[in-house]
Amino acid sequence: MSEVAFSQRSFNTQLKRYYSVYTGGFIGFVILLAIAEQMGLSRAYIGYAFLFATIGLYAMIGIMSRTVEVAEYYVAGRRVPAFFNGMATGADWMSAASFIGMAGTLYISGFDGLAFVMGWTGGYVLVALFLAPYLRKFGQFTIPDFLGARYGGNIARTIGIVGAIIASFVYVVAQIYGVGIITSKFTGLAFGTGVFVGLAGILVCSFLGGMRAVTWTQVAQYVILIIAYLTPVVWLGVKHTGIPIPQFAYGQTLQKVTELEKKITADPKEQEVRGILKARADAATAALKDPDKGFAQGRTDAEKRLADLKASGAPEPKISAAQKALTEYPTDVEAWKAAATKDKGLAARAAPPRPHATPFPGKDEAAQDIARRNFLGIVFCMMFGTAALPHILMRYYTTPNVREARKSVFWSLFFIFLLYFTAPCLAVLAKFDVYSNLVGSSFAELPAWAAAWRVVDPTLLSIVDLNADGIVQLAEIVLGGDIIVLATPEIAGLPYVVSGLVAAGGLAAALSTADGLLLTIANALSHDLYYKMIDPSASTKRRVSVSKALLLVVALIAATTAAQKPGSILFLVGAAFSIAASTFFSALVLGVFWKRANKWGAIAGMIGGLGLCLYYMIHTYPQFIIWFGTTKMDLWWGIQPISAAVFGAPFGMLVLIIVSLLTPAPDKQVQEFVEHVRYPYLAGDTVETMAR
Amino acid sequence: MELSAKHHEYWRRNLVITAVLMVIWFVVTFVEGWYARELNNFSFLGFPLGFYMSAQGSLIVYVVIIWFYARYMNKLDIEYSVDEGEEK
Repeated sequence: MSEVAFSQRSFNTQLKRYYSVYTGGFIGFVILLAIAEQMGLSRAYIGYAFLFATIGLYAMIGIMSRTVEVAEYYVAGRRVPAFFNGMATGADWMSAASFIGMAGTLYISGFDGLAFVMGWTGGYVLVALFLAPYLRKFGQFTIPDFLGARYGGNIARTIGIVGAIIASFVYVVAQIYGVGIITSKFTGLAFGTGVFVGLAGILVCSFLGGMRAVTWTQVAQYVILIIAYLTPVVWLGVKHTGIPIPQFAYGQTLQKVTELEKKITADPKEQEVRGILKARADAATAALKDPDKGFAQGRTDAEKRLADLKASGAPEPKISAAQKALTEYPTDVEAWKAAATKDKGLAARAAPPRPHATPFPGKDEAAQDIARRNFLGIVFCMMFGTAALPHILMRYYTTPNVREARKSVFWSLFFIFLLYFTAPCLAVLAKFDVYSNLVGSSFAELPAWAAAWRVVDPTLLSIVDLNADGIVQLAEIVLGGDIIVLATPEIAGLPYVVSGLVAAGGLAAALSTADGLLLTIANALSHDLYYKMIDPSASTKRRVSVSKALLLVVALIAATTAAQKPGSILFLVGAAFSIAASTFFSALVLGVFWKRANKWGAIAGMIGGLGLCLYYMIHTYPQFIIWFGTTKMDLWWGIQPISAAVFGAPFGMLVLIIVSLLTPAPDKQVQEFVEHVRYPYLAGDTVETMAR
Repeated sequence: MELSAKHHEYWRRNLVITAVLMVIWFVVTFVEGWYARELNNFSFLGFPLGFYMSAQGSLIVYVVIIWFYARYMNKLDIEYSVDEGEEK
């Protein structure tokens, strides 16, 4: 990364050397820790070693890449080769949700979870075909820059700023939350402390060196996260399929899972447990109709059950269970109501296992149709959101030229693909392990990983012997999705050092995404709002300082928000995609492909798209209804609030087209701007668009 | 600058290849997704076909689309002299 005697080719060679050495060094570090573990290094120290070694490493890259130059700070000097920009985009893209949550979502929802796998990869086709090359030719610094230049003036730019900040902020809160969970889980720090330790890791790099530091750190983070993700899966694959590339061979395992599902559905013991769950759910539903009576009745029933058991001389475990139920009985009606509502939810567990390979399961045709519609709705929103999220699009400003920008989208998707085609495989392998080894084992001799996790974190794994037969039935297992990735090393029988590696990978995924997002927000404020609109005469040094100060403020606000543990993370992430898709996609793409698109069309289209998207969300998502005090409305065609862009994006495009046609065509300057963006090289090109 | 006929042809060919690739993208995404249930009656590499496509097949097609587009356009740039010159 030296400044001297710079040429793109030697720079490229040098980078390859650096990162090869780095990768080798990292693998060596893991092997050393593995040896140390055999010699008796404790688990806590392995956790600390991974946490501090990796954050220290990112900090070092951050310090080495510190800069006050504008082009370096905002776009890494525009000389990131396609291959490395691909890796950086991969890390930028894959968040805690992808790394830790994805396989779990697939485990729980089976086929329907694949909507995210398809959406988060297929969106890159849109990036490649409609955006990356043209944005690179435009060659400024941010997405609002493009809107401002194409649609003349500050109104379009301001909407761009607002959209970029809403989408990125919602997303970054989810990332910092993920960082907090991982740090606290693997080091034993409190969640709040974990959030701020992680925040320090994020800031050392983006704060000092902006895009330049973030880029080179993200490459390093990609290497760690992909090694961490693939290692345990390959191991588990060898165990179950005998082939080290299980991604191509898990079809057989999937068939076995389908067989086991049928067996479990028909098994009388499983049916017995499902019957118990259903009875409890039904009883709770009935009792909730009159809470005061239900509360008193429940207490009498519990006392009576205990007395009956004692009188009939039932075996000891049954008596102590009944005793426990009585001592833990809620003390007031409110607590009882909460418990009963939870019991009511047991109905979901009383259903037979969801067939993993079957698309859109549902009780009748109408339900299946709605499931299919929502599947395609999520695919749509994730794809168009991908092609509209500013922190991703910004990365294509950093390549040396249009040619490299095109290639770099290919490398981006290639590196993302490596993880995304592994996640469905991991879900199936883990499910096979659970269905074949955990189910049917006796409570006295649970598989080691299950016995351990059950104690460590009951929210991720709890198993209760509901029918008291001493054998584990599937319906007795409650499993949090995140456990799939976190426990895979143990399921595969790997040493603890691999668990540490996985935690380091999850941390890398969350930190890299958070870095990219924070930078996007800070740039929107410092470059677009401050420099372009408030003080155009600001010196370059001042612009970078303002950006750094803002970065700090935004990071603190985001961390404070994350420390409040704001509800469903998956929904927040999905919402960010819907918001981005509704606001930006049409304005950006039509800005290049339709010369007639004008200022008023774009402004109306962006406001219309964003407005409809937000309107739908705050009238249908339960938590938003409470926050904003809105009245609940029916879903339109059964589409879930996470997919609000199904309405927002097309509506925004329609408005953009209609308003553009009703108002005068853009002037000659804009026409020329569009032509300039369309061709990688034109004789009239100004130097300005080349590396500046 | 004024665009020549050659420039217009370059843009037209870009639009054609973009449209063709978008059709492929649409088919492996939405048509495949819509008929996933029916596709599952077929088997591929031991997978039900609908599941395979959504978990892996369509993803591979996406990677190939982007690879092909980059190669095609980078050549087209040179053919129509709108490329950015030799690699530095």
